[in-house]
Amino acid sequence: MSDAALYSATLGRTHHRFADLKDVLAKASPRKAGDELAGLAARSAAEREAARLCLSELPLTLFLQDLLIPYEDDEVTRLIVDSHDAAAFAPVSGLSVGQFRDWLLSDAATPEALRALAPGLTPEMVAAVCKLMRNQDLVLVARKCEVITRFRTTLGRRGHFSTRLQPNHPTDDLRGILASTLDGLMFGAGDAVIGVNPALDNVDACVRLLTMLDDLRQGLGAPIQTCVLTHVTNTLQAIERGAPVDLVFQSVAGAQGANAGFGIDLALLTEAHEAAQSLGRGSLFADGQRGQNVMYFETGQGSALSSGTHAGLDQQTAEARAYAVARAYSPLLVNTVVGFIGPEYLYDGKQIVRAGLEDHFCGKLLGLPMGCDICYTNHAEADSDDMDGLLTLLAAAGVTFIMGVPGADDIMLGYQSTSFHDAWYVRSVFGFPPAPEFAAWLEGTGITREGRLQLPPAGSPLREQLRQLGAG
Amino acid sequence: MSGPPDLPELLTPWERLREYTDARIALGRVGTSLPTAELLRFGQAHALARDAVQAELDVAALAQALGGEVVQVRSQAAHRSEYLRRPDLGRRLHPDSAQLLRATRRTPTPDILIMVSDGLSALAAQRQAAAVLHTLLPGLHAAGLQVAPVLIATQARVALADEAAELWGARLVIHLIGERPGLSSPDSLGAYLTYDPRPGTLDSARNCVSNIRPAGLDAGEAARRLVSLTVRALRRGLSGVELKDTDLLLEGQLE
Repeated sequence: MSDAALYSATLGRTHHRFADLKDVLAKASPRKAGDELAGLAARSAAEREAARLCLSELPLTLFLQDLLIPYEDDEVTRLIVDSHDAAAFAPVSGLSVGQFRDWLLSDAATPEALRALAPGLTPEMVAAVCKLMRNQDLVLVARKCEVITRFRTTLGRRGHFSTRLQPNHPTDDLRGILASTLDGLMFGAGDAVIGVNPALDNVDACVRLLTMLDDLRQGLGAPIQTCVLTHVTNTLQAIERGAPVDLVFQSVAGAQGANAGFGIDLALLTEAHEAAQSLGRGSLFADGQRGQNVMYFETGQGSALSSGTHAGLDQQTAEARAYAVARAYSPLLVNTVVGFIGPEYLYDGKQIVRAGLEDHFCGKLLGLPMGCDICYTNHAEADSDDMDGLLTLLAAAGVTFIMGVPGADDIMLGYQSTSFHDAWYVRSVFGFPPAPEFAAWLEGTGITREGRLQLPPAGSPLREQLRQLGAG
Repeated sequence: MSGPPDLPELLTPWERLREYTDARIALGRVGTSLPTAELLRFGQAHALARDAVQAELDVAALAQALGGEVVQVRSQAAHRSEYLRRPDLGRRLHPDSAQLLRATRRTPTPDILIMVSDGLSALAAQRQAAAVLHTLLPGLHAAGLQVAPVLIATQARVALADEAAELWGARLVIHLIGERPGLSSPDSLGAYLTYDPRPGTLDSARNCVSNIRPAGLDAGEAARRLVSLTVRALRRGLSGVELKDTDLLLEGQLE
């Protein structure tokens, strides 16, 4: 079949033609401000449905042949193609995108089958099927995917739910950050990571923060990992200086040019991955293995367009390709920061909710430990009610972790995320405990009793920390 | 009264930690949920931030506060709602402004161009920019640098300064721009420093000094950092991730 016939569909009396595969994908996407900004979105509701119809009939194998960004131009494309596992792909290799949706929702797609399939899927296949799915489909299928990673805690177990404690401070004041950290720990937050976004792009400041957090960890005897979310080159310098680096953080995108916008390439990530693994700081687990998932990646729809490097891809497809980058480094955590980028990419609560579910689904299907920064900025048409909706949906979908920000208000980055209270809402409604090692520590130190929050007794390690700050 | 006194969950014996941070800590809890008083406080702060996003820059008042020679320019975004949806328009000079800059290019060309703009919080430019310039301009002059008249820009995104700097032939641009309002910080200013600015410059080629406001980074300290970054950027002929806002020891190793 010619491209013209392949990339077209008839809806009623109207025949819709699409320029190429990228065009079909973009026009089949649910409405997003960023795709409209890029001039890629469907021009009418009918055109969008025609694109979905067209997409549903395309064979999955097409995505291995018709590469969205040329192999010779882009190292992310090369990574995707070169690491594709044809044997793992075999069970679904004869399906169209629409049949793939049916298969994913069927009983044949067991958790084991999905785990085995992940290396056989490319981001483009996953992005494509995502565009055919309703929100409830995205929840159902993601819920079947179990992705377990570990460093000092074991994350992603079915029926568990973790939080990143995010104690940011506008001037990186150590006591300010410590105060927010203790507040979070008193609420039982932080089993995914205690991760600080530094205000200063400064290796010295990062080393100070890393040292403070590691001292706290050791003082509490807590099974936690800490991270300063600075550029990978800063973290490499911190490692060279002997700073206590548990995890390497980096924002990543799905195209070589977009990664250049972040000041990274795959070789730099490889160097950082090896440097952090060589430190061997993860816990020794009962099976005799050390926790070796040492990377923490953040992504988010719209980042490629934001840096002018989207290469004609819709923002959800570009985002899925970022997961191929993440997947190459067996990360402990991947976080889609869904509403931070602003209304020019995700205009309102409806678009933010959809994007959060899409990203979680795509990441999980590709085998990643997906969390979500359920968030919004003050210039978006969204509020905490919208976030409650996304939080509930993602919890139902088995999200690996969310953020824990004091009062949901990040006073450094200037946006609203989820709070320690929000995490307890999920624990109450769904009955999900935190990571097992961390849950045991919470019980041991008296922060919880039989899984319920309480005030730990005077003299316990956390109360001692509070006392030292004059608040015990 | 924040709630019935017989609810033990409301007690947060670590309230004194609040002296170390403006973060919303020690909020108490009802069950595990947010007490009513805190819920209302959050709603009020969100309302103030939403209003700050919509505020327009008072250019005349800002020009007076800055003093000295200023030139006003604007982007291609016609109004606030277009600005919010179309960042591409906020990155490009309106043709009238581009023409104005072309017509007023001077010889010799300046080393440094400074742009002050509304960004996502006109309040930030209005409140913090004059204090930054008060230390920044003498610092740049003391380093022997030629500084162009300050540009005041409306409906501006960070990259708008690149085009202006290219038109005036500046070697480096510093853009003081309102950051997006947070709940506790509707008036936080950011400063973006770019060497060899031109349209299409990647964000990784910029250095940022953020959170400039009384409760965040002090304006004078921000200005001193900008002077230091400027001198090093000009010396090394680059800005961005390779030029870190770093300590002297490391700088010694690099050079």
